Amino acid sequence: MGAADAQSSGATTLPARFHLGPATALRGAIILGLFLFVLLAVPSLVGPDWLTTFASVAIYSVVALGFDILYGRVGMISLGQVALLSVGCWIGARLAYATAIPFPLLLLATGAITCVIGVLVGLPSLRLSGLYLALITLMFAGAVTVALGVIDFPNGGGGFEGTSATGALTTSNPPVRRPAIATGDTAFYRYIVVVTALMFLLALVHVATKPGRAWASIRESEPAALAAGVHVTVYKMWAFALASFMTGVVGCLLAAQVETPRAITFQTQASLTLAATALIGGIFSLWGAIVAGIFNQLLPFLFQAQWGVNSNFLLIIFGAGLLQVLLTAPGGLAQQFPKDMANLGRLVVRGVRSLLPSAERAS
Amino acid sequence: MIEVRGLTVRFSGITPIDDVSVVFPGGTCGLIGPNGAGKTTFFNVLSGFVKPAAGTISAFGENLLKMADFRRARWGLRRTFQTEMAIEQLSIYDNVAMIHEHSGAKRASRRADVLAALEFVGLTAPPKAKVGGLNARERRLVEVARAVVGRPRLVLLDEPAAGLPDEETEHLSGVIQRIPEAFGALTILVDHDMSLVSSCCSTTAVLDFGKVIALGPTAEVLRNEHVIRAYLGTEEDV
Repeated sequence: MGAADAQSSGATTLPARFHLGPATALRGAIILGLFLFVLLAVPSLVGPDWLTTFASVAIYSVVALGFDILYGRVGMISLGQVALLSVGCWIGARLAYATAIPFPLLLLATGAITCVIGVLVGLPSLRLSGLYLALITLMFAGAVTVALGVIDFPNGGGGFEGTSATGALTTSNPPVRRPAIATGDTAFYRYIVVVTALMFLLALVHVATKPGRAWASIRESEPAALAAGVHVTVYKMWAFALASFMTGVVGCLLAAQVETPRAITFQTQASLTLAATALIGGIFSLWGAIVAGIFNQLLPFLFQAQWGVNSNFLLIIFGAGLLQVLLTAPGGLAQQFPKDMANLGRLVVRGVRSLLPSAERAS
Repeated sequence: MIEVRGLTVRFSGITPIDDVSVVFPGGTCGLIGPNGAGKTTFFNVLSGFVKPAAGTISAFGENLLKMADFRRARWGLRRTFQTEMAIEQLSIYDNVAMIHEHSGAKRASRRADVLAALEFVGLTAPPKAKVGGLNARERRLVEVARAVVGRPRLVLLDEPAAGLPDEETEHLSGVIQRIPEAFGALTILVDHDMSLVSSCCSTTAVLDFGKVIALGPTAEVLRNEHVIRAYLGTEEDV
């Protein structure tokens, strides 16, 4: 509704290229409706453990979004995205303990620092691509796991260093603070959903404008991008900066959501699982990132907490799903599912049509 | 005017361009030669992908070799490649607009310039259509539109007609002939289709084994016996 109103009121003043077709307006209205449902209705429909899971889905969908931008839009495969999330989580927690800056600023500061680290990690991408870049970024993920283990993240105590004499991994750590307007679980869930939506909006603005076109050009061919005047170095680093910023911001959200983040939560393997689920979800579509978040966080919850199945079985499912995507549906579920639904609809229509004349004949 | 003096390119042991000196005066110029003669390498030097071992290139009085590769587009260099480089995931409009937005041309004129380029090449498909859904002919026209948008000064076309049927080559030929007067850009055409080269180009240079073996008015060059020998070979060569 809101999107349609904005469109009709703006139509008289905006130049022609900003005119939205009815399909775009409808899509905007559906997205807005879904967003409002997830934001307002979901907390009253489900229990607290479900709500925590949905918050994780939102956070990991942004991590998958970063992967999608790097691989789907620019063609650079990075297997260190969950490691960047843990870096963001660690920086967010440390900044929260050490400073008293308002929470939105805390998010921005965490995003900015993670952004710098992510760009450094992305530097090899200027020379390497494909398998080599994947290996380098995976090594980074491994190094982060080791580093966080060695410094006994979070090891309580205040300040930037946060080491306390009483020892590591105590449960007596003060919780990482949440924003004053959203201290409760439901309110903070809504806070996370809003920030997630903003991150998706940020990504959308990028892929739909000049950087998105430049990235598509680099993905197609670097020589052709250079010949088109694209500063390949700048745009590659820009992609890493954007992906790392978004991942850092949700890393800070994760720190405040779990309240006492633990190094053990972040395994190197998680970066690989994220890449697999992102590919299954679909790396060319923003929807794919949400599907990836659901696969990454909701399915383990369903398997383990709801159905009592060992969640390691999921790895087999992810493997099979990845194989299916690579073989038959390179666009992932985000592109395949609507096609399958359209095919199903056509089959149903055909079935009904073939039934109708015989029914008439019978009568 | 493009003035090339003593241009030499060496790749470990091979010399694909060997002391080439050639002047392209203006309009549409042809660059022909057998496979492996060094035509695409010459384009790659102009684009900045290949650093020459020696020689100078002066383009409209400016030293082209001193310019960083990605800055040459802003200067006015455009090129097509032998393989298609139009981006399938983007619309026709976006494909052409992305060249415009890195060309230094004014943002306010982008829409008009892009649509003008599409009209110039005679593309009738809707600008919003994705390039992935176009046929070979339309994709080729998108490539040419990308090469002429945003104040080009030097347009390099690398086998633009390869694989096109005759009537579509004819349409393309008309488009290429009109580039210099419509955009004021010097156009260099590399192609194996001699009827396309002779109908488009007033001047033609012939490369063989990295050396210029003929240069002059196209009709004369195509009658030159060295050129015929380079293309057809001689009894001794066989």
